[in-house]
Amino acid sequence: MNRHLISAGDLTRDDALLILDTADELARISDRPIKKLPTLRGRTVVNLFFEDSTRTRISFEAAAKRLSADVINFSAKGSSVAKGESLKDTALTLEAMGADAVIVRHSASGAPQRLAGWVRGTVVNAGDGAHEHPTQALLDAFTIRRHFGRSSGPPAGPEAARTGTAGSALDGLRVTIVGDVLHSRVARSNVLLLHTLGADVTLVAPPTLLPVAVGSWPCSVSYDFDAALPKSDVVMMLRVQQERMNAAYFPSVREYSRRYGLDVARMAQLPDQAIVMHPGPMNRGVEIAARVADSARSTIVEQVANGVSVRMAVLYLLLGGAEAES
Amino acid sequence: MPAAGPAPGRPEPGPADRKTVLEPEEIRRALTRIAHEILERTDGGAGVVLLGIPTRGVPLAQRLAGRIEQVEGRPVPHGSLDITMYRDDLRLRPARALGRTEVPPGGIDGMVVVLVDDVLYSGRTVRAALDALNDLGRPRAVQLAVLIDRGHRELPVRADYVGKNLPTAKQEVVRVMLAEVDGEDSVMLGRAADQRPGGPAGARSHP
Repeated sequence: MNRHLISAGDLTRDDALLILDTADELARISDRPIKKLPTLRGRTVVNLFFEDSTRTRISFEAAAKRLSADVINFSAKGSSVAKGESLKDTALTLEAMGADAVIVRHSASGAPQRLAGWVRGTVVNAGDGAHEHPTQALLDAFTIRRHFGRSSGPPAGPEAARTGTAGSALDGLRVTIVGDVLHSRVARSNVLLLHTLGADVTLVAPPTLLPVAVGSWPCSVSYDFDAALPKSDVVMMLRVQQERMNAAYFPSVREYSRRYGLDVARMAQLPDQAIVMHPGPMNRGVEIAARVADSARSTIVEQVANGVSVRMAVLYLLLGGAEAES
Repeated sequence: MPAAGPAPGRPEPGPADRKTVLEPEEIRRALTRIAHEILERTDGGAGVVLLGIPTRGVPLAQRLAGRIEQVEGRPVPHGSLDITMYRDDLRLRPARALGRTEVPPGGIDGMVVVLVDDVLYSGRTVRAALDALNDLGRPRAVQLAVLIDRGHRELPVRADYVGKNLPTAKQEVVRVMLAEVDGEDSVMLGRAADQRPGGPAGARSHP
């Protein structure tokens, strides 16, 4: 594995499976009375968040603390960034404080890549602009794997997840990602990672919300949600990112919801074993109906819990061993 | 096989230069004896939990549990205890894949935990296992069973049950093979093909 985790596309199939298998073992720790391991004792992890985030920051913080790392939280509000400090100067400050890993979220695509060139520690991308969010893709893949036990064949359900998912990939599973692909770093990371793991990914979105270069992505594209539904093992709904929209991408929220929202009637068209995912935070009533979000098929809460295990695995594999010789 | 005995000071030809120190029959007898010793030392195995240390401690714990059940006629809880996250040499080598920790449903609080491993060498694995146990509960006592004790302790650790005491040189490698993992049972002693700078702590029992 690389020293940094910037893009889900950098992970080989073996890397990705190693992370998922490690997360499988680490997930068992959350069932124990003492949910802590001494592995990263004496290591410092900095959460460098230039953009608001609740679940990702808390998830990384919980993961680092369960591995006994020291965690320093940095948010742009109330810091020197508000006084005009550049990313590079902030990075050098962290470097001087001896950060072993920097978890970075930034509104600019490519910021983690730049940061990786400035600091000696490991850089983990926790979301950069509309580019990538690799740990979200890993936790989504982990959640899918727990539900579909093995690479193909009938689904095994969450019970099977306790025993035999190790080493298996997602070969042949049909994943449909629906919504605002254009502004979504989750979609890009998921397409890259799920493709690496052997899943067939279909993106469904209005043409205005697809990136220009989507033809070069390893997935297929459709504008018709209803046609994709019966052929989906997994439906992943994306949030309509109104804060990133400065133009009209669709006529009205109501029309978007009618054509691309997942409501109860659409959920009924899914195959029996299919699951519904959402990276959160949800706009209930826009891309996903409240009854769907709260239904038994929804893995939304599970995804959050799995996020901690997957991020523990990433931190362990990047920080736990000796530094790779370069 | 006296022909395979390494002459000191001469460069060794390679991995073929190994001699078998335990045959499958001897492994079987050693485990049967350990099972009986555990029963004697724990008043018939009352409150005993066998925890194998991955990789090869796990099938050994299973076999011991099977033998104790044959003798006493009641099942003995057994499981596995992965110590990877507790190792003291993690930062000497790239991060490694994790093994499985499987504690029997009854837990380990108030029980007599018998740790089972294939080879006792530096004692560092056992130290890590004691730390790992500490996070799982509070056993009444902890004992240690190993198939091979090859000496060269670096920590004050001693086994309660030993299959075979095997005097070795530090540069030798003890290779335990078990049917569940390797397809056959045997214990071999040979020279290390490559000597890692990590020393005994890094090398463990395998080449």
